[in-house]
Amino acid sequence: MAEKKNTEGWEIGMRVLVPVAGVMAGLIIGALFLVILHARPFEAYGALLRGAVGTRFGITQTLVKATPLLLVGLGISIAFRASCINIGGEGQMIIGALSATWLALGMEGLPHVILIPLVLLGSMVAGGFWGFIPGILKAKFHVNEILSTIMLNSIALQLMNFLLQGPLMDPKGIEAGTYLAQSARLSKNAWLVRLMPPTLLHSGLFIALAMAVIVYVLLWRTTIGYRIRAVGLNPAASSYSGINVPVNQAMALTLAGALAGMAGAVEVLGVQHRLLEGLTSGYGFTGIVAALLGWLHPLGLIPASIFFGGLLVGADTMQRAVQVPSALIGAILGLIVLFVSASGIWTQHLIRRMRSRNQETTGQAVPSESSGGDNE
Amino acid sequence: MLEVITSLLVRTIVAGTPLLLGTLGEVTSERAGIMNLGVEGMMSVGAVTGFMVTFITGNPWLGLIAATCAGALISLIHGFVTISLRANQVVSGLSLTMLGLGLSGLWGKPFIGRPLEVRMAPIAIPGLSDIPFVGDILFHQDAYFYLSLLLGLIVWFGLKHTRAGVIVRSVGENPKAAEAQGINVVRIKYICVMIGGAFAGMAGANLSTAYSKSWIEGMTSGRGWIVIALTIFARWEPSRAFLGAYIFGGIFVLQFVLQPLGISPNLLAMLPYLTTLLVLLGHGLSKSGKRSMSAPATLGEAYIRGGR
Repeated sequence: MAEKKNTEGWEIGMRVLVPVAGVMAGLIIGALFLVILHARPFEAYGALLRGAVGTRFGITQTLVKATPLLLVGLGISIAFRASCINIGGEGQMIIGALSATWLALGMEGLPHVILIPLVLLGSMVAGGFWGFIPGILKAKFHVNEILSTIMLNSIALQLMNFLLQGPLMDPKGIEAGTYLAQSARLSKNAWLVRLMPPTLLHSGLFIALAMAVIVYVLLWRTTIGYRIRAVGLNPAASSYSGINVPVNQAMALTLAGALAGMAGAVEVLGVQHRLLEGLTSGYGFTGIVAALLGWLHPLGLIPASIFFGGLLVGADTMQRAVQVPSALIGAILGLIVLFVSASGIWTQHLIRRMRSRNQETTGQAVPSESSGGDNE
Repeated sequence: MLEVITSLLVRTIVAGTPLLLGTLGEVTSERAGIMNLGVEGMMSVGAVTGFMVTFITGNPWLGLIAATCAGALISLIHGFVTISLRANQVVSGLSLTMLGLGLSGLWGKPFIGRPLEVRMAPIAIPGLSDIPFVGDILFHQDAYFYLSLLLGLIVWFGLKHTRAGVIVRSVGENPKAAEAQGINVVRIKYICVMIGGAFAGMAGANLSTAYSKSWIEGMTSGRGWIVIALTIFARWEPSRAFLGAYIFGGIFVLQFVLQPLGISPNLLAMLPYLTTLLVLLGHGLSKSGKRSMSAPATLGEAYIRGGR
C-alpha cells in the first residue's frame, strides 16, 4: 500500500511539475521576443514577478483578477465535463454584469445584506438564461454550441454597448457632456466588502471559493453531477442507461452561464462599481484556458486561475517597467498556454511509465485525464 | 434604384470574400478532424504580414503570397501541438488566437497610421465587365474575389470528387481505417491544417490590402470567430460556405443601409449574429436538419497512431 501512495504522490508531482516546465518554456521563447525588442529579459520577468507577487498590493491584485477567472472557469468546467464546448463565457459574463448593474441601480435603497444576494442571484439567472439558449438550441434543434455561443457573445456585447449608449448611460456624463459609455456609479451598499483597504481585494474572492466547493460537491457528490459527467464521458452508454443526454447537456450549459453571469456581477459589485465598456476584458476566454489547464476540476482550477490572474497583473507591471508594446504580453500569454497544453503528453507519458513500472499487470488502462488532455 | 442595389451587392461580395476564404480553409482543416479555433489569430498575422510586405515592396501580390505563407506557418504550431503532441484542440486554438493577435500587434506597431500607396485594385474582366448589372457586381471586383471563387471551386471539387478528397474525409471520419489503407494520417492532418492557415492568412491580407488599406491592431474584429461559426453553418460543405459567407456579408452591409432610419447601430450590429442563429434554428426545425448537422466524426479528437 505504501508503494501505491508513493506512486500517487509522484503522479501529482508530475502533473504539477510538467506544466511548470511548460510555463518556463513559454517564458524562454518570450525572452527571445524581448531581446529582439531591445528589452532585458531578466529585468522584464523580474518586473512581472514583482508585479504579481512581490508586493502586498500585487498579491491582492492577482487574487482580484483570479476571482472572475475562477467563476467563469468553474462554469466552463461543468460544460466541458458534459462535452459541451462553451465559448460563451464572455457573453454570459456581460449579461451577468448588465443585469447586476440594472438590479443594483434599481434597488439601491435596500440594505447591503439583502441587496447583494438578490443582485448575485439575479445575475446568475440572467447569465444562466444566456447559457440556456445554446443549451436548448443544442438539445432541441441540434445547433452546435460552439457556433451559438460565439454568436451570443457578439449579441451580448452589442446589447451592452447599446444600453451603455442609451438607457443605462450615466446621467452625470450626459449633464457634463462627456457621454462616456458607462453606467452611473452604484450606491455604496451595493459594493462588495473591501477586505484590505486600500487594496481592491473584495469579498467576491470568498464567493468564488465557495462556488468552487459547491461545484465540486455538485459534480462529484450529486446525481445531477454524476449524470453530467456520465454524458460527457460516454454519451452512448449514458443514453442507453436512461440518462437524457440533451437535457443534461442543456443543464450543464445553463449552469455554466449562471456561473459566468455571477463572475460579471462580482466584477461590477467588487471592482468597478459600475458597468463600463471592456469590463469583461477577455476573462471569458482566459477562463476557458484556465479551466482546461486546471484539469476541469475545482481543485485544479483554483491554482490555475490564480496563476493566470498573476500573469495578467505582472504583465502590466512588466509593460510599464521595460516599455514593451502591450501586444507582446498577449503573445507571451499565448505561448505559455500553448506550451502548457502541449506538455500534457509528457505528463501522460511519464505517468504511464511510472505506473507500468510499479504495477506488474500489463495493459492496464490509464485514465487520460491529465492537464489539457482529452476532454472532448 | 438599380444603382443602389448594385452597390449593395458589390459591398456584400466585398464583405463576404474574406469570410469565404477563411471558411474554406477551416472546412478543409475540420474535414481532416482538426478544429482550429485560432482563425482570428492566423487571420491577424496574415493581415499584418500582407500589409508589411505590400507596404515595403509596393506590390499587393507579394503581400498576398507572404500572408498566405505566414498563415500556413503559424498554423503549423497548432498542427504540431494537436497532431504530434495530441494536446487539446480547443486550448491550442485559443492560445493560437492569443499568440497571433499579440504577434501581429507587435509587428504592426510601426505601421499604424501609414496607409498603403497601392492596394489590390479592382480588375475589370474584359468583355464580361460590360454586361449591365451583373458585370458591375461580379466582374469588377478585386483579385481576392476571383481568387476566392477559384479556390472555392477547387476545395469543393477536391473534397467531393477527387481521391485526395476521399483521403481527407476518411482521415476525419475514420483515421484508423484510413491508416489501414496505407494513408499517412498524420501527414494529411498537417497538410489540411496548413491549408486552413494559408486561407486564413489570405483572408487577413484581403482585409489589410484590399478591403482597407491601412493596418490597425485588432482589424480582424471577430471575423475569425465568424469563420468558425460559418464552418459549422456550412455543415462542412464548401458549397454552403459560399452561401454562408455571402448571407453574412449581405446582412453586414444591410446594417449600414438601415442606419439612416434611426435604428441604433449597436442593435443593427446584432443582425448578422441573430440571423445566423435563426437560420440554424429553422434548419433544426426542418426534418432534414436533424440528420445532416453532424460534424466530421473525429473532429476535435487526438489521433494516436496504432492506438485502440
